[in-house]
Amino acid sequence: MPAVAETLNTVESLTQSSYKWGFETDIEMDLAPKGLSEDTIRLISARKEEPDWLLAWRLKAYAAWQTMQAPGWGKIGHPPIDFQDVHYYAAPKKKPGPKSLDEVDPELLAVYEKLGIPLKERAMLAGVEVPDGGEADGRDGRPQIAVDAVFDSVSVATTFRSTLAKAGVIFCPISEAVREHPDLVRQYLGSVVPAADNFYAALNSAVFTDGSFVFIPKGVKCPMELSTYFRINAKNTGQFERTLIIAEDGASVSYLEGCTAPMRDENQLHAAVVELVAMDDASIKYSTVQNWYPGDANGKGGIYNFVTKRGACRGARSKISWTQVETGSAITWKYPSCILQGEGSVGEFYSVAVTNNHQQADTGTKMLHIGRNTRSTIVAKTISAGRSDSTYRGLVRVMPKASGARNFTQCDSLLIGDQCGAHTVPYIENRNMTAKTEHEATTSKISEDQLFYCRSRGLSEEDAVGMIVNGFCKDVLKELPMEFAVEAQKLLQVSLEGSVG
Amino acid sequence: MSAFLSIAGLHASIDDNGTRKPILNGVDLDVPAGEVHAIMGPNGSGKSTLSYVLAGREDYEVTAGTALFKGEDLLAMEPDARAAAGVFLAFQAPVELPGVNNANFLRTAVNAVRRARGEAEMDSMQFLKAARAQARALSMPEDLLKRNVNVGFSGGEKKRNEVLQMALLGPSLAILDETDSGLDIDALRIVAEGVKALRSPSFSALVITHHQRLLDYLVPDRVHVMARGRILRSGGPELAHQLEAQGYAGFLAEAA
Ligand SMILES: Nc1ncnc2c1ncn2[C@@H]1O[C@H](COP(=O)(O)OP(=O)(O)OP(=O)(O)O)[C@@H](O)[C@H]1O
Ligand SMILES: [Mg+2]
Repeated sequence: MPAVAETLNTVESLTQSSYKWGFETDIEMDLAPKGLSEDTIRLISARKEEPDWLLAWRLKAYAAWQTMQAPGWGKIGHPPIDFQDVHYYAAPKKKPGPKSLDEVDPELLAVYEKLGIPLKERAMLAGVEVPDGGEADGRDGRPQIAVDAVFDSVSVATTFRSTLAKAGVIFCPISEAVREHPDLVRQYLGSVVPAADNFYAALNSAVFTDGSFVFIPKGVKCPMELSTYFRINAKNTGQFERTLIIAEDGASVSYLEGCTAPMRDENQLHAAVVELVAMDDASIKYSTVQNWYPGDANGKGGIYNFVTKRGACRGARSKISWTQVETGSAITWKYPSCILQGEGSVGEFYSVAVTNNHQQADTGTKMLHIGRNTRSTIVAKTISAGRSDSTYRGLVRVMPKASGARNFTQCDSLLIGDQCGAHTVPYIENRNMTAKTEHEATTSKISEDQLFYCRSRGLSEEDAVGMIVNGFCKDVLKELPMEFAVEAQKLLQVSLEGSVG
Repeated sequence: MSAFLSIAGLHASIDDNGTRKPILNGVDLDVPAGEVHAIMGPNGSGKSTLSYVLAGREDYEVTAGTALFKGEDLLAMEPDARAAAGVFLAFQAPVELPGVNNANFLRTAVNAVRRARGEAEMDSMQFLKAARAQARALSMPEDLLKRNVNVGFSGGEKKRNEVLQMALLGPSLAILDETDSGLDIDALRIVAEGVKALRSPSFSALVITHHQRLLDYLVPDRVHVMARGRILRSGGPELAHQLEAQGYAGFLAEAA
């Protein structure tokens, strides 16, 4: 049997077993009734003890959403989504704060363990009180990472808060920020992605439940990586998180989100909004390792992932860098974008999108050059296997005032087998004579030569594929924070276990 | 007692745009343990094909015959299992792996093989030390370890990189497919030293070459002439000299 056919078989046999995050957790839940209405929104807002302005904002978004249609331009297909068949709020039931790990719901701890969160952070995530200063020891020599865990609709806990507070950094659940820092939230929420920006953003604005809030004040370099783990657990729930990151003049931060979900036969909806704001000389590095459940080998189940991510480079010389490794979800629809307004501001997009079996991904970026001498770089690696379909969709728009703007775009597709598809849809609109855009695109297959070469050196088929795929993605993986690059490499290998040609 | 490597009646073909094209037409060859054998023969006679079939390349279909290695059915094994069992093929045209760091590739390979052989894996310090020492012995610039596998390597650098892999993987059967082609005179001597260094009663080599020079260094125990997918003639080292002097025409005519 030629390697291609054999590999495809191996992929089929492995996929069902290879999603090791597919566990379900039996935790007592506080669940809103199914369905979407003004009442649902009032209930969410009340549960979160929100101020009136936010409720009004949500209701306005809902009114807008009702007049909107789901976008039809993506190269994705799915049956119509019944928005009334979804729970819009699900929260683990609150119990009095535990004193030690022994008092914590073991199910919750098991979840953290499976998510790969280190023990000390697991304790903090579970709300175990840590004596002051105790959170900041780095004895095990690992780089410190502050973690926020969002479980269905609520943020469960955030670690390292006092260390961060000493540096003036705010890192907390957005629902808490609404209470504790209302002026900041009110100033920035919806300022990058307006409530009625698009169908899924409007839905998110109406019903968002939690997410992370990050504020880095003037001149502060965030002393550690910030990270949020998202987890959809409850049945028939949607997850609508909202993330807002603000870096004031000269501030910088690196933030990573990871996400997983149980294996379920029905599709689940995830519609998030992420807004980034970078002022003069500020820089935000936003990395994603997206590993939502992709559905089984026959295309049953999996997360519908409709996400709006946008960063505003408002200040001069500001920089926003998106890095994403997208291996999960039945459907991925997301285009992390940069609005390059500040003079000399820089936008970057580094992406690896892997699809296998029946997964569909339509992902890319938008770089909007408004200010002078703005620069953007796009490196998109698309890997398709099985019967999956993957599209890179990118827009580079240079406005008339963006003199001296530069864009470089590199799109590479790697096909594994001959039943998958990869498409590249680059739009370039240049309205300034002095601006330069460059676009390069390649499509290749993993060759039998490469596979055989690796295997003749003793590598198993999986390792050989992993090696070649990781080589293909290297330009993107090297943009990830060190600790996550390794995790991402393993994830790529698991997602493609067995595949190639 | 079966030989170390024992090939009998081996036929193999390739799918050439829908038609089956036979390339090996009954190869018989025995290589006892501890010996170095040379295979010579005109272009297109099937030498590389034989080496691929022995290493387990799947696009060649074996239609008849056997190949036993240390008494085991080599043809039934996966390519990586053959590597673990001790087979190493130095490619005539080494393959480029874009984005794959050479040292990392080598270490992964070495550890995969060590694991399969039940030996302890090497950590990165141990490995780098061993790899650097070998690279030095082969007069390879150290930066070749840091670069991507074979990408942008010169012809000679690719060949040396094959020999480096051989040295680190420690095979018991090395098949060198024209490893001497494209090497400068010094490199040729170094490569020959590399093979000699492995010589032992439990190591054999099958050296495919067009040139006498490598054989002058290695002094093979046997020389085989391959043509039209078969071994036409076998003899001692003097056979190579005869070929060098007379060319293949005589042999081919004799066989026809
Ligand atoms: N994939 C293939 N498709 C079609 N023909 C092939 C294929 N692979 C090998 N052949 C043919 O098989 C024959 C033997 O090739 P092989 O590479 O084994 O020769 P060789 O003896 O190694 O030659 P050289 O001395 O030039 O390296 C050649 O005629 C070659 O064209
Ligand atoms: Mg050849």
